[in-house]
Amino acid sequence: MGPYAKEELLACVIARLVEGSRHAAIGASSPIPASGCYLSRITNPQLRVSLQQRRAANPFTEGSRELFDLAGQGRIDTFFLGGAQIDGTGAINLVRAEGRRFPGSFGSAFMYPMVPGTILFREEHSRRTLVPKVEFVSARGTPRALLTGKALFSWQKEKKRFRLESFHHSTKQEVAELTGFEYDVSPDVKETPPPTDEELSLLRGPVAKQVAPDYPEFARRVWGLS
Amino acid sequence: MRTPADIAAAIADGALLALPPDYSLVSMETVRALIRRRAKNLRLLGVPILGMSADLLIGAGCVAEVETSAVSLGEAGLAPRFTEAAEKGEIVVRDATCPAIHTALQAAEKGVPYIPLPGVLGSDLVKFRPDWKVENDLLIVPALRPDVALFHARWADEAGNVWVGRRRELATVAHAAKQTFVTFEELRKGDMLEDELLAPGVISSTYITGIAQAPRGAWPLGVAGVYGVDDAHLSLYAKAAKTREGFQRYLDEWVLTPRKSFSPA
Repeated sequence: MGPYAKEELLACVIARLVEGSRHAAIGASSPIPASGCYLSRITNPQLRVSLQQRRAANPFTEGSRELFDLAGQGRIDTFFLGGAQIDGTGAINLVRAEGRRFPGSFGSAFMYPMVPGTILFREEHSRRTLVPKVEFVSARGTPRALLTGKALFSWQKEKKRFRLESFHHSTKQEVAELTGFEYDVSPDVKETPPPTDEELSLLRGPVAKQVAPDYPEFARRVWGLS
Repeated sequence: MRTPADIAAAIADGALLALPPDYSLVSMETVRALIRRRAKNLRLLGVPILGMSADLLIGAGCVAEVETSAVSLGEAGLAPRFTEAAEKGEIVVRDATCPAIHTALQAAEKGVPYIPLPGVLGSDLVKFRPDWKVENDLLIVPALRPDVALFHARWADEAGNVWVGRRRELATVAHAAKQTFVTFEELRKGDMLEDELLAPGVISSTYITGIAQAPRGAWPLGVAGVYGVDDAHLSLYAKAAKTREGFQRYLDEWVLTPRKSFSPA
């Protein structure tokens, strides 16, 4: 396989995480989760992907409340959330940290506890973002996984702790240095498998075309589309 | 009522003003008119989040308070004037979460005083919202009745109805608000409620206080099927608004200078 962008690897990890999911919803500012879900849908046509902020052909006809009504009924099984801070209990903070104001909690306070398979996603992997305790709890829930630009953690429901499963563009050592909370390490911890040639050609072809109308800046930066 | 300036004049200082997110038909031309008329102490309500409209109003000093689930410019990044005003304590921010706002508006729509909502209880948001109660492990949010709902529509007709298509959160907020003002792209002859295909996307004139034509009135935001979001302009704004001086230059050039056309060039 040839060279690939870090965004492409992350989209592939997300595509693998959502396997078996039936309805993935995507909120604000999430081009990599959108790319991963569109990629997964190519091989799993039963997967429905609903972008809340889709500019044209929006999937919701009852306005933006419909997403939350669907989730409240259990009709969404995958959602993505980020955080200015994320801690080892899985809590996320989208409001304020270290005197800085962030956009706000969006629908997280509701979606995180209501959706059984929330995937936490934050590209930046640092002690600034992955902290022992968030300064403000926007939302708590039971995550399926935490994916960063350097690592993939699973969530251990019984122990209520993250477990490092794999690392990318990094090492096990570096992940330990850059993570501010405590976590377990899988006995099979390994480097995250890189994208396959097939995944890359799907991402750069049909997926890029689907993502570009809603994330033009991202599509330009990663795939040179305009 | 004939122009966005007339609508801006009818929105009182201090009003609780409900605005849609950047993706849902924002009446940007009225937002600019509010700034030109130097509106003061507005209390913005994000339905359920806010973007460039709120950032402009905050930067221009028109806002005392914001209740919202978030303020963001999407791909263009943080909303710089909101961020600075919140960090310096120049505005009061009442943090909410999207379904709490939708549900509170639905309570007002139904004429009930409060309504329960699942989820949310694990969030610190609840600690900062004395108006939110907890009963039987459910969050109870009070009905939210904005003084004014303001948005843009693709069409208005001679009967005073407006068409917003699938942007039904605008119908909910129009039902809940005491007054609703709408700018629109084009006027249609007749009554859209007589057209079976158009009627489901209509908000009936029952709920509409005043309308004014504003072609390209959502610019630099979009109207689905008519014109897209002007992403280049949004990113120009996001850069300019990083500093107070840059924001002031933006206002001078794009808001305060009278323009013959609502379109960018």
